[in-house]
Amino acid sequence: MSEGDFKTKNMYLNIGPSHPTMHGTLRIFAEMDGERIVSSVAEMGYLHRGFEKHSEAGTYTQVIPYTDRLNYVSPLMNNVGYCMAVEKLIGCEIPERAQTIRVIICELSRITDHLVCIGTNVVDLGALTNFWYYFNVREKIYDFIEKICGARLTTNYTRIGGVSRDLYPEAVAELAAIIKDVQLATKEVRGLLERNKIFVDRTLGIAPISQEEAINYGFTGPCLRATGCDYDVRKSEPYCGYENYDFDIPVGEDGDTYDRFLVRFEEINQSIRIIEQAISKLRPGPVMTSDRRVALPPKAEVYTNIEALMNHFKLIYEGVRPPPGEVYSATEAANGELGFYIVSDGSTNPYRVKCRPPCFPLYAAYPRLVNGVMLADAIAVMGSINIIAGELDR
Amino acid sequence: MVKLIDIFKKNFQADILDSHEQQGNETIVVSPERLHDVLGFAKNDPETLLNALMDLCAVDYLGQGPRFEVVYHLYSTSKNHRLRIKTRVPEENPKVKTCVDLWKSADWFEREAWDMLGIVFEGHPNLKRLLLFDGFEGHPLRKDYKINRRQKIPEPLERP
Repeated sequence: MSEGDFKTKNMYLNIGPSHPTMHGTLRIFAEMDGERIVSSVAEMGYLHRGFEKHSEAGTYTQVIPYTDRLNYVSPLMNNVGYCMAVEKLIGCEIPERAQTIRVIICELSRITDHLVCIGTNVVDLGALTNFWYYFNVREKIYDFIEKICGARLTTNYTRIGGVSRDLYPEAVAELAAIIKDVQLATKEVRGLLERNKIFVDRTLGIAPISQEEAINYGFTGPCLRATGCDYDVRKSEPYCGYENYDFDIPVGEDGDTYDRFLVRFEEINQSIRIIEQAISKLRPGPVMTSDRRVALPPKAEVYTNIEALMNHFKLIYEGVRPPPGEVYSATEAANGELGFYIVSDGSTNPYRVKCRPPCFPLYAAYPRLVNGVMLADAIAVMGSINIIAGELDR
Repeated sequence: MVKLIDIFKKNFQADILDSHEQQGNETIVVSPERLHDVLGFAKNDPETLLNALMDLCAVDYLGQGPRFEVVYHLYSTSKNHRLRIKTRVPEENPKVKTCVDLWKSADWFEREAWDMLGIVFEGHPNLKRLLLFDGFEGHPLRKDYKINRRQKIPEPLERP
């Protein structure tokens, strides 16, 4: 009997928005031939918080807490990305210690983001052990983040001109212990997955994308690097002194689900390398610029000097006041290029803040990736491109 | 090194309305009629090869000449340079030609710009709302859209 003799009809299936693996507000409407997706349409929405409209209504400093909520798995990186854009607009330099701290927290966030991505993704594939291994070490990183800024998810740690407070005295020693744990966990999870037959069967060769097409779709980050393109903002346009660190950009070949996993595994190792170098670079010094356009004056001066007192009031009431103009600043977030386009009209509120979230083009290409694959594998593809709904929808 | 602005000035003399390099971001402003040609040139010319459309957004300059500005952020993965291309469109006819034929990433970016600011992209295959529901009235990122304005709550659908 040939396939046509079964007289089957294609059926339509809604996947999401309340499906446990669809991560919040995502939905695809798929045409199914048996268990294979023939064509699909992706939709998102209804999480919209109006990040951009809110930004226009507040001062530059008041935007920082909103940026935590963009990618809630690695909020510190969004803080850094936004603050760097405003610093570029004003033209202020930040002290070396603050830069090194920013590198440390960015790489820690990259690790937590990849831990969550890999950990939850393999749960979708039916492997729970790896999830526990990874969430165990993620917990340690979150404890560290809680100690440096008082919060686990809504960190709000950086400021325009530096970071809000210095590291606590034992931070460096504790950090060194944490990255040892991460290294061990990564070794164990890789050992469990890399040659596991079920895992390989369900990821190798599934939903590949060519380099040219990936660039055309606007891919960045691990998903682009899985196709073999070594684009990374940390190398191509270094910021926070990334040019002084020795690290490699892992790339894949086929751009399939398996490669996306492996690139993330290797990026965890590279991030550990960067953190180790950053720890050795950490010198005592200020963590906030002394530029009076963005930083509060020292309390001793505020109590004794009228200029400093007015400076303090102005910064609290109005915040910073960048010159009129526009800026686009890109940083390498865990999922790819995180860009902030800010237009200033010279007043105390940003005239326009546009966030370029790395997930947005990735999810737009999702129907292209899953057409032709099995329904169960579509879930694995979803996890491997690591969609963060908060960032997608803003 | 040759500046990108100069390459475009050489090839599109009269169509480059303005250019600047604030904060190291090279920017050119072109007329909406020639926008698509300039974008196509930017993508394919061997000197520029701006093969990735990183971002597309619009800005509302309420009360100014042409009211809306459509902003394209381009990047070249082979040459590692960036260019911002902008165009101005008037309030009564906020229309530019789509660039989905050049970059697939433009598809959702253009839908977002339509949804949020009401910019019409001529020739877009599926120009409908992306972030908000279909019955939403107005475009919320316009400056004359009040931040505390409430929308009608959609009626629940009748069961068939």
